[in-house]
Amino acid sequence: MGQGAINPAAAGVIPWWRNRRLIPWLVQGVAGLALLVLVAFLVGNLVRNLTSAGLLLSWSWLGNPAGFDVSETLLPFNAGLPYWRALAAGLVNTVRVVLAGLVGATVLGTLVGVASFSSNGLLRRLARVYVELIRNIPLLLQLVFWYFVVFLALPGGREAIQLPGMVLAKSGLFLIRPELVNGVWQAPLRLTVEFGALLTGLVTYTAAFIAEVVRGGVASVSKGQWEAARSLGFSPLQTLRRIVLPQALRVIVPGLNSQYISLAKNSSLAVACGYTDLYSVAETTLNQTGRAVEVVLILLAAYLVIDLLISALMNGLNQLVQIRER
Amino acid sequence: MNTPGSSPLQRLRRELFASPLDGLISLLLIGFLLAVGLAVLRWMLFQAQWAVIQANSTLFAVGRYPGDQQWRLWLLTSLLALASGLSWGLLRRLPHPGPAWPRNDRLAVGLLIALAVVAPLALQLQATVQLRWWLITASLITSRWAAGRWGQAIPPALRRWIPLIWPLLYLAGMVLISGGLGLVSVPPSEWGGLLLTLLTASFAILLCFPLGVLLALGRRSELPLLRGASVLYIEFIRGAPLITLLFLGQNILGFLLPGGLAPDRVWRAAWVLTFFAAAYVAEAVRSGLAALPPGQLEAARSLGLPMPLALIHVVLPQALRVALPATVGQFISLLQDTTLLSLIGLLDLLGTARTVMANPAFLGKNGEVYLVLAVLFWCCCAALGLGSRALEHRLNPLSSPAQA
Repeated sequence: MGQGAINPAAAGVIPWWRNRRLIPWLVQGVAGLALLVLVAFLVGNLVRNLTSAGLLLSWSWLGNPAGFDVSETLLPFNAGLPYWRALAAGLVNTVRVVLAGLVGATVLGTLVGVASFSSNGLLRRLARVYVELIRNIPLLLQLVFWYFVVFLALPGGREAIQLPGMVLAKSGLFLIRPELVNGVWQAPLRLTVEFGALLTGLVTYTAAFIAEVVRGGVASVSKGQWEAARSLGFSPLQTLRRIVLPQALRVIVPGLNSQYISLAKNSSLAVACGYTDLYSVAETTLNQTGRAVEVVLILLAAYLVIDLLISALMNGLNQLVQIRER
Repeated sequence: MNTPGSSPLQRLRRELFASPLDGLISLLLIGFLLAVGLAVLRWMLFQAQWAVIQANSTLFAVGRYPGDQQWRLWLLTSLLALASGLSWGLLRRLPHPGPAWPRNDRLAVGLLIALAVVAPLALQLQATVQLRWWLITASLITSRWAAGRWGQAIPPALRRWIPLIWPLLYLAGMVLISGGLGLVSVPPSEWGGLLLTLLTASFAILLCFPLGVLLALGRRSELPLLRGASVLYIEFIRGAPLITLLFLGQNILGFLLPGGLAPDRVWRAAWVLTFFAAAYVAEAVRSGLAALPPGQLEAARSLGLPMPLALIHVVLPQALRVALPATVGQFISLLQDTTLLSLIGLLDLLGTARTVMANPAFLGKNGEVYLVLAVLFWCCCAALGLGSRALEHRLNPLSSPAQA
């Protein structure tokens, strides 16, 4: 640093503020110090405030009985079981709706995306209208719409919508030989309207984005591929399945990954239509225990793990569809 | 596509009935659309009871903002109308003076007038309120006309400072809304409805952009510490659902700051939205930076520009232009994300709607309320999207300058 002052005659003397090797370290040092001070300040406050509130980080409360009920769970649950069981039941509910949503959104999104290449002008425009309509309305608004306006307005009892093998009523969707017992529908498999509204909202919303991903992927396949396949005698459907989709998938899969992750994150809006997912259970837990830090940590960790799992899965799929050199 | 002899009938035939299968699909779709359209129309005209909107229009607009202070909001709206008219006229006429009223502008003015006539009637506003809306619309159109007419006469030295009216207006708006400088203070807990939605959205949009640019630069920096910190922040935010972050803001922020320093609930949510959106904007900007050939920065550096100047004058202008569509896309989803405030008990548009429907007089009027909110959001988001496309066109150096 002091070299310039000692030997001003030396060629290429650089003042310290223009030293290419020193400046990066200086910048990083200052930034690092600022970050460190900020983190220390926040954590110090956190510890001090939590101590004075008597809420210092502890996990033993997870074993206390929850005292509230979680509706519709795959894991058996009742109010006497501990908090961690309640959170686990919520997590299973989240995973359930995410898995169903992934399948539904993929199917619907692919259909809409492919429809925007149809030779039928009406179908093509309808696909555009669908995408533009859905993408410009907040998901939360769509969820409450599906729940309060559509699903809760379904008829009940004898007027319920009856299709072969299934019944759609105000009390839910009844599958596998439903029967009316004393004015109440019963069946071995029942999906609640809360689940139905959340699933419908998530599927229709995510499908609009997936449709755009699919459209981009199909558009990335050059027109000559279509024409070559058609001139070899492939039918339009065969062309799509054998020639275009395998090539389009290389573009589609990475795009799908981020849509799948946002579907998983969006499932946390379940609380708006009364479905008890992980977030909803966590909110109740916080209200009862006041354990804000622990509950938020659990939430963040759970969604992070779900995101990472989806990413890992999609990365595997991506490697499968990439071009393999022979 | 204008092949000779393509009369409307032939075009219709080509588009809808090219093959028997197409014809079948078309017929099915037309039937479906007719059925849905008729059902919706019948519901809207005969079954829906719009009194819930008419009776609560003030609540939807500004929430529980005190009635005797609402003149401040009217003043702000008028100022906004004047400023928009001014900017609109100058943007249209200054660089390449064309026709005084291009086709799109006539269309927009027609829409504005139609809205000013129809909306108050549909909402059954009081005569005085109606008159104010007419005045505001008139001042918007007049200032557009005046700016177009005399914009050329403004000396260029002065013209450069005109965009500054927007930040000034924003600050003035903040003072008008929240009080201070001699005005009665109106606490954030009394803001609501569209006012709160637009306020939080605009606040977050304005602040998340510079933050996002800094984060994107940090992520592409060669300094490991800056890069690591940026990556950690961006991935942490993008890995968490917004609702958990809002939840964190409401419940933990109070513990993180020394007592009494934690902001009000509304501002906490606005800051969380800002920090949330910054991570997504950073990713959008990063894609723009990645699209730029590295030679640009190298050339700027080898000409002797220091790093900050090279970034500001060479790299960012080009990268931000590429990143514009994705960035505006993030702004649109940010506007939509403000609805999540209703889940943490704040009275934004959706939160206000929920309180209105909890009122026994309007129980079960979900369809009407949600439909109106959906139309409102759709229009705002679609307008942002349109604006982004127009801006993209304008900033594109390859597009012809005479384009409207």
